[in-house]
Amino acid sequence: MENEKRLKLLIVDDEEGMRMGVKRALRNHRIEMEDGTKVAFDVVEASSGEEAVSMMEQEPPDIVLLDNKMGGISGIDVLTWINERDLDLMAIMITAYASIETAITATKQGAYDFLPKPFTPAELKVSVRQASEHLLALRQTRALEEEKRRVRFQFISVLAHELKAPLGAIEGYLYLLRDGTGMDDPKVYERVVERSLVRLSGMRKLIYDLLDLTRLESGQKKRELAPTSVIEAARTAIETMTPDADARGIVIDLEAEGEITLEADRGELEIIFNNLISNAVKYNRDNGRVTVRLEETSEEVRIAVADTGIGMTPEEVEKLFGEFVRIKNDRTRNILGSGLGLSIMRKIASLYGGEVSVESAPDQGTTFTVILKKTLE
Amino acid sequence: MADKRQVLIVDDDPDFLEQMDMMFQAGGYATRTAPGRKQAEEILQGFTPEIAVIDLMMENDDDGFILAYRLKRKFPECAVLMVTNVTGETGLEFPRIDDSAGWISADAVFSKPVRFEQLKEQLRKMGKA
Repeated sequence: MENEKRLKLLIVDDEEGMRMGVKRALRNHRIEMEDGTKVAFDVVEASSGEEAVSMMEQEPPDIVLLDNKMGGISGIDVLTWINERDLDLMAIMITAYASIETAITATKQGAYDFLPKPFTPAELKVSVRQASEHLLALRQTRALEEEKRRVRFQFISVLAHELKAPLGAIEGYLYLLRDGTGMDDPKVYERVVERSLVRLSGMRKLIYDLLDLTRLESGQKKRELAPTSVIEAARTAIETMTPDADARGIVIDLEAEGEITLEADRGELEIIFNNLISNAVKYNRDNGRVTVRLEETSEEVRIAVADTGIGMTPEEVEKLFGEFVRIKNDRTRNILGSGLGLSIMRKIASLYGGEVSVESAPDQGTTFTVILKKTLE
Repeated sequence: MADKRQVLIVDDDPDFLEQMDMMFQAGGYATRTAPGRKQAEEILQGFTPEIAVIDLMMENDDDGFILAYRLKRKFPECAVLMVTNVTGETGLEFPRIDDSAGWISADAVFSKPVRFEQLKEQLRKMGKA
């Protein structure tokens, strides 16, 4: 029963026989939708346009069968009334004369279908079935769009937070500088300036990551696919990170056998390596090690970057795969990140029909593995 | 040292923590800082603050509330100033303080970024400046 929906159908006709006929035809009628949902109908009736309007004011039906020629206001008038209120329903016009003029007016006013009188119960059922399918499909689409809007709003809220945090920190330091609080000590002064710069660069990184992600998601970033050396891309990223690694005595190794070439966008490969290697350095311990291992099979290229860092608990690993998720604990508190790196890598991997996976153990380290397929369908 | 007022500052943003620490120290207070609720509760084992500055949302969204509540229960005399980034960021308005249920155990709530003068003014009102 949970897969059964009940739709309310209003038949509006001044002929009692017609109303009875429709009721009888739909009383025990059930439609099965493509997705297996069963639809049954609760039929209510109105003997005039005026009565129909007052009923719809109380509670709009899902489907309305409207006779056009009635004493009092016509079916078209009722249709206009519905249209002005933008009611979420499907209207089917019943008309004795298939006059083109009526058809055009009714269509303009949003009638979904026509049933020329006289019609058989079978014809009625076909029309009602189509209207039901259309209505439910529309409602489903609307619900999906609503969900998309919600996710987007949430993303923007979190983004605003992530941008406000460094702004607030920098603002606070500027106030300290302006008021000269604690500035007699040159070390304090230096620290205040240094921390402000660190937070600014974190903010810039977030904006760049956000742009990368937006371009990837909109599909607007022009992809230049060409045979690309994966090892070269890895080397470029390693060079970029070497100063940071050296400063903390961290060694970065590259392990690969022979040349590995992939039909790929060089920029995308570099984003992946930059993210993987900078994380492996950031979340490492001093004097630790980062191992970049490249492997190739006939179908895929496998990039694994292992660190000897702080690692994550299984619960933290599970949390990791959301946007803006940064693992908060004592050891990550002073490490800056945008929280978007993994989202970006997953997006890129998906362009290659691949995926990103993580293995981690607290205090032992983390290995991120990115798989890129060689051929896309 | 003994006559300095004791301040506990709790925030998971290291920069905010450092700034508050600098300001209170420059203002002649004795400070202890904690980056989270757990650490703050450890400090409170052997430290009696007259003033506490607590961030509302830390590791968990309600850490600030819980900490403020426990702190007030243990040290009812302590002035609890809560700071938050919440308003305007999530569209979520911070609820007006209705302390009838005793849920929000803060004496005042400030939106970040907060100036030291604002906190001082509040403390002055409470006779804790």
